[in-house]
Amino acid sequence: MIEYIKNVWLGFWTVIVGMRITLAHLFEKKVTVQYPDDRYPIPPNARNKLYLDPTLCNGCTSCERICPVNCIKVETLRVVPDDPERPMIADGSKRKLWVPVYDIDFAKCCFCGLCTTVCPTFAIKHTVEFEYSTYSRDELYVRFSDMSPEKIIEKKKMLDEFQAKEKAAKAEAARKAAEEKSKTDAKAETSPVTESKESN
Amino acid sequence: METINFVYNLIPDQFIAIIVICTIPLIFLIVYALLAILGELKISAWIQERLGPMRTGPWGILQPIAEVVKLIQKEDLTPDTANKPLFNLAPFIIFMGAYASFAVIPFSRYFIPSDINIGLFYIFAVGSIAVIGIVMGGWASNNKYSLLGAMRSVAQIISYEIPGAMAILSVAVLASSLNLEKINIAQEGGIWNWFVFGGQGSWDKLWVVPFTLILSLIYLISSLAETNRTPFDIPEGESELVAGYHTEYSGMKFAMFFFAEYANMFVVAAVLTITFFGGWNSPFGNFMQGPGWDVFWFVGKSFFFVIVQIWLRWTLPRLRVDQLMYVGWKVLLPFSFICFLFISLFRMIN
Amino acid sequence: MGEKKRIELDYSKIESDRMRLNVGPQHPSTHGVLRLEVELDGEIVTEVVPHIGYLHRCFEKHAEKMTYPQVIPYIDRMDYVTSMNNELPYVMAVEKMLGIKVPEKVEYIRVIMCELNRIASHQIAVATFGLDAGAFTPFLYFFRDREYILAIFEKASGARLLFNYFWIGGLSADVHPTFKEDVLAIVKQVRKTNKEIEDLLIYNKIFIERTANVGILPADVAINYACSGPVLRGSGVKFDLRKNEPYSIYDRFDFDIPVGMGEVGTVGDSWDRNIVRMREMEQSCRIIEQAVAQMPDEGDVQEKLPKRIKPPKGDIYMRAENPKGDLGFYIVSNGTDKPERVKARGTSFVNLSVLPEISKGYMFADLILILGSIDIVLGEVDR
Ligand code: SF4
Ligand code: SF4
Repeated sequence: MIEYIKNVWLGFWTVIVGMRITLAHLFEKKVTVQYPDDRYPIPPNARNKLYLDPTLCNGCTSCERICPVNCIKVETLRVVPDDPERPMIADGSKRKLWVPVYDIDFAKCCFCGLCTTVCPTFAIKHTVEFEYSTYSRDELYVRFSDMSPEKIIEKKKMLDEFQAKEKAAKAEAARKAAEEKSKTDAKAETSPVTESKESN
Repeated sequence: METINFVYNLIPDQFIAIIVICTIPLIFLIVYALLAILGELKISAWIQERLGPMRTGPWGILQPIAEVVKLIQKEDLTPDTANKPLFNLAPFIIFMGAYASFAVIPFSRYFIPSDINIGLFYIFAVGSIAVIGIVMGGWASNNKYSLLGAMRSVAQIISYEIPGAMAILSVAVLASSLNLEKINIAQEGGIWNWFVFGGQGSWDKLWVVPFTLILSLIYLISSLAETNRTPFDIPEGESELVAGYHTEYSGMKFAMFFFAEYANMFVVAAVLTITFFGGWNSPFGNFMQGPGWDVFWFVGKSFFFVIVQIWLRWTLPRLRVDQLMYVGWKVLLPFSFICFLFISLFRMIN
Repeated sequence: MGEKKRIELDYSKIESDRMRLNVGPQHPSTHGVLRLEVELDGEIVTEVVPHIGYLHRCFEKHAEKMTYPQVIPYIDRMDYVTSMNNELPYVMAVEKMLGIKVPEKVEYIRVIMCELNRIASHQIAVATFGLDAGAFTPFLYFFRDREYILAIFEKASGARLLFNYFWIGGLSADVHPTFKEDVLAIVKQVRKTNKEIEDLLIYNKIFIERTANVGILPADVAINYACSGPVLRGSGVKFDLRKNEPYSIYDRFDFDIPVGMGEVGTVGDSWDRNIVRMREMEQSCRIIEQAVAQMPDEGDVQEKLPKRIKPPKGDIYMRAENPKGDLGFYIVSNGTDKPERVKARGTSFVNLSVLPEISKGYMFADLILILGSIDIVLGEVDR
């Protein structure tokens, strides 16, 4: 019986205690942030949408290789030595590769931040922008390369010509070498024409 | 000619007046429901340190209207395997039960839609109609969650009617009437004369004050159970039963359930006001007393109890089915019997 | 308030129709996409069969194709409310294989982050447990506080939930300058809220009635099912890897292991499991305070590592105390920069296995609470 009265009293009393707490909160300062109008501060190192500075990227493809979800696609073109534009990377070093294709699929990206840490030139960076929802997934596929199609074609042609020349020179050399029956420049190999990586 | 006369005779003399008297509570109910929904949204938000709806209108005061518009626009789904007539009828029956109570609720001494002698009894009788609606809805949905919810609900409402009725009965004993107007008049003359403090009388009424206080509390608790509000919202406890008996309802039919819940909240708050808290009487005796003030006091007090219900909801967890029964049968019922006994004794001696 | 809680029925005598109910995968309180096949006799649960796998993401298969640092983002996504704690055993395991020791400061930051994340995880556990019991308001108080904790994580790592912060050999970035003050402010706030929640929810009579004597898990059953974390400690077993097998620098701190004592019911009931979480938050606060006091200000946060992380051939099993229990990683290395196999001993997965055992004979509403008291995250159950 005493137990019963105690239980009833406890049931009543704890309800009163709870109601007192909620009543106190009724008049407390509210914590809601009226989102689109005023915002929660985002720290500058927040890992949100990625941004690539194409003038900085040297096309080393480290980011492509480290990405755990394979959402970066990089294609590069070799720069011919006598390119009239004298290409430079924004940090001052000489450009060895054009980057005609640099795509990031934000629908896949998991914002792990690995790509930004491996980049030798700090070309790829996270920004604080997080509001980029779109109505279609295709819009999340962002192309970052700053090369115009004409420029790409032009550079391709230059490279092709250069490579043709190189090939001819090589063939000439090989012929000469064959004539002289000496095997000297077998190792002077050039890198493949176009490095194109597919994203498995 | 005969038939026309017959039809004409069917139409009562004060046809217009009856229509007006019927519609005034409906209009009041709609306005009240909108306000109560807003209150629920805002109070719950403030208790939880949120702001609540802020976008629709200044400070979000148009939010309830937006919700109603949303519900009207929604597709009205009827499950394929549901028992269609019952499924469609259920929300209206529930709402009817709530609305019928308004026939006797005295808003003011000049506005009592139907001044019948058994007003209190009537409210209890029509209040039980909601049970039928709930069972119909739950069973006809052909959903296991709905069925469980309906089963629970019936058990709950039936068991909590008894302590509630005991509490009301004590008031009937004190006022010697079941007529709501008479009960109101019996509490005239300031806060000390309300039935929560034992009604009018000399100092020896102090004997019953503790009992009436407890009884008002018991009525408040059992009314929470009857309207399926937390901590007794077991029939629709969303963590177990998704939404209980109205899981399958959508659109306007769901809105009817919603509407009926708020209407019921008001009815029980109004009954509590009438029976224990002086009805239309001002707490200051003759000060601020009059036809206009009547409405103010009555609606104000009822609103206060609606707010208390909301406040409780956002404070408490919910009970389990067997515990609910325990509270109903083993706590509230004995207490209400004891109180009723003492009050009746007091009445006899006096 | 009912005296007899466990309802024993002799089913051979009672003839009644059983109802099979599908709880989930879309149900408000299955804490994710868990499907429970429940057999009910009226309201009483006679059988529970959990069906899992709706969130299976082939973590272990993925890990075989990834280099060691690339696995970490996947580990984050296992138990997505305690990512920091998930990363810890993995990076410790790889570090141990490589034979490197991380700088002192890193150890302290790791401990602080893990404990903060433990608080955040327990907050969710208690909050959703309250929500299962129908109390909505404590849920939001906890979430408000958790938001402050996540803000610290965001400032340090840049992400709010999936941090990728602990790296092999250190951290991805140093903490921000105001880190210590922020953390201490959080500790204060957490204590204040916990006090309030105790009054509002934990010691509320209705809540006690709902959870005490419900889902009793005896200690021997808990051990037989290999339960760990608050589920095990709630049954009164004093076992915490931080004390029993100290890893990282946990041996430097002074803290207690709260265990369930059956204060309001039987040892090992849902209330006990819940109160263990509440008290662990306080202990985490203590650890954080000590760690902040001892933490060196200066120092590097990344050990020098070769460009390609290639642990020597061999295998290792490393475990750590996750908020939900004992999380272990078994890593087999074949000498290349990709692991041969990464096997995770999921905490929630193991703890979930005890559900059918302890929920028979209770009411359907209790089943939901028992599930809530086990505190599972489906991301880890399914992996
Ligand atoms: S953030 Fe991670 S997932 Fe996204 S592109 Fe960089 S490496 Fe890939
Ligand atoms: S790692 Fe940096 S420089 Fe290399 S390809 Fe990626 S963005 Fe360009």
